[in-house]
Amino acid sequence: MSTTTETAPAGGATQGFGGVQARSGAALNAPRIAIRNLDFFYGDNRALKAINFDIPDRQVTGMIGPSGCGKSTLLRVLNRMYSLYPNQRATGEAMIDGMNIVAPDADLNALRAKIGMVFQKPTPFPMTIYENIAFGIRLHEKLTRAQMDERVEWALTRAAIWAEVKDRLDASALGLSGGQQQRLCIARTIAVRPEVILFDEPTSALDPISTLKIEELIDELKRDFTIVIVTHNMQQAARCADQVAFFYLGELIEVAPAAQMFTAPKHPKTQEYITGRFG
Amino acid sequence: MSITLSAGAVPGPRKDPEVALSLGRRRKRIDFVIRTLCVLATVVGLIFLASILTTLFYRGFEAMNLRVFTHVMAPPGSEGGLLNAIVGSLIQATLGTAIGTPIGMLVGTYLAEYARGSRLGNVVRFVSDILLSAPSILIGLFVYQILVLPFGGFSGWAGVAALAIIVIPVVVRTTEDMLTLIPNTLREAVIGLGSPKWKMIVFVCWKSAMSGIITGILLAVARVAGETAPLLFTSLGNNAWSTDLTRPMSSLPLAIYAFAGSPFEDWIALAWAGALLITLSVLILNILARTVLRRRT
Repeated sequence: MSTTTETAPAGGATQGFGGVQARSGAALNAPRIAIRNLDFFYGDNRALKAINFDIPDRQVTGMIGPSGCGKSTLLRVLNRMYSLYPNQRATGEAMIDGMNIVAPDADLNALRAKIGMVFQKPTPFPMTIYENIAFGIRLHEKLTRAQMDERVEWALTRAAIWAEVKDRLDASALGLSGGQQQRLCIARTIAVRPEVILFDEPTSALDPISTLKIEELIDELKRDFTIVIVTHNMQQAARCADQVAFFYLGELIEVAPAAQMFTAPKHPKTQEYITGRFG
Repeated sequence: MSITLSAGAVPGPRKDPEVALSLGRRRKRIDFVIRTLCVLATVVGLIFLASILTTLFYRGFEAMNLRVFTHVMAPPGSEGGLLNAIVGSLIQATLGTAIGTPIGMLVGTYLAEYARGSRLGNVVRFVSDILLSAPSILIGLFVYQILVLPFGGFSGWAGVAALAIIVIPVVVRTTEDMLTLIPNTLREAVIGLGSPKWKMIVFVCWKSAMSGIITGILLAVARVAGETAPLLFTSLGNNAWSTDLTRPMSSLPLAIYAFAGSPFEDWIALAWAGALLITLSVLILNILARTVLRRRT
């Protein structure tokens, strides 16, 4: 398995609105998740309204929009996190491998192994660094000690944190810095070998250097994983995403390849948002 | 003042420096009165506490010697100690905690992890809180009715049961409080890996809350170590050496109760020694609890 950490070539850049640099238009891959007519309700409040779009395989989909627009809600639909809470429900379709994610009879533990999630604030578990990674693996696989060691090293290497923690795997994960904790959480997520990774504003609690590391990491990870990232940061969406979806008041206003989104948005609302006129 | 603010004139009369000064003086007077009352109340409280503690330490250490720990209770004037009471207290408090703690932890976990906002959860929480503040003599009478009368007599087990019932609501409360402090994002992170809920609770939530829960358990031990009323009707007390839980069993609070009211000098001295022992162990447990809690933060 690959343990390289060099970043993938970012391609040419295009000057867009508000000085935002976007990736130039590489074609989008085949869909990995197909969202059709998806509605979401917090009690009686309809938070997502008839969402339709495809999430391309092994590329980065950025979801942007002002607070409360539904982008995080959609992310939480994709791994059924909302099922933890009563009074939250989704209708419609979100198909992955012929299975509807929002179907009531979906196997949630298997689904969440397939679709991992990284949260806004780092969430290290109160155990050692090694155990943080091994915990998720043990939920789904039976490995020998040697295989487990190998997998833990692989995950930490892929998350670009191995060099910093290899001498203190038995130390508590709570002693790491915020940026390290976030990369540990990414390692924990990829250790389970998901197909899709959901990032919910993964850098909003981090300093600029840590943010840069995470962004480079996302760029590296998309070779093997399909990535969906919610962000409030337009530059981040432009730097990381191949496809960008703009949400407003629970509706998907526009979805397009990143270059097109930031240079020639079709919808006036999109244009207003990415040029910073509201949000 | 003739300046007009760009945002429009401020409503109300103009600012008067005299008014501001008099308001400031008034504030200082009120502050002085309140502060004096607070200090007085603290001093009164401390005087009583200090007087209790100095008497206890003076009389307790005076009566303390090796015999207290090596000899069992004996008739007045015959060189008795408190060994049977110390051992009885240790046995009953340990077993009571050992039985009450798992029950309390499971109930607290149910309240925090499964029954948040549910009607049954609210009822259980309410009942547990009532139990927490119920006079302990009621718990003694309850156990007397269900364990002493039907099974033909006072026993150590009945005392253990009464103490366990006192431990339960304390542990329920702290367990629930500590689990509620854990942010939901941590739970979501565990669930997001595809973990079943019970593994989330056992390996992450309990572990996160452990130092807080241990604090609660230590405080519960401290509480039952000093309980007299629930033991009066259950384990009764025993002047002879006995570790048989099916028979009446001695304990420090009961020994104090029996000896302090007696007319014999040496028994009264032993009561002081016992009181000092209980106070010191409660003090140590409290310090231990605080240390455990501080290490977490």
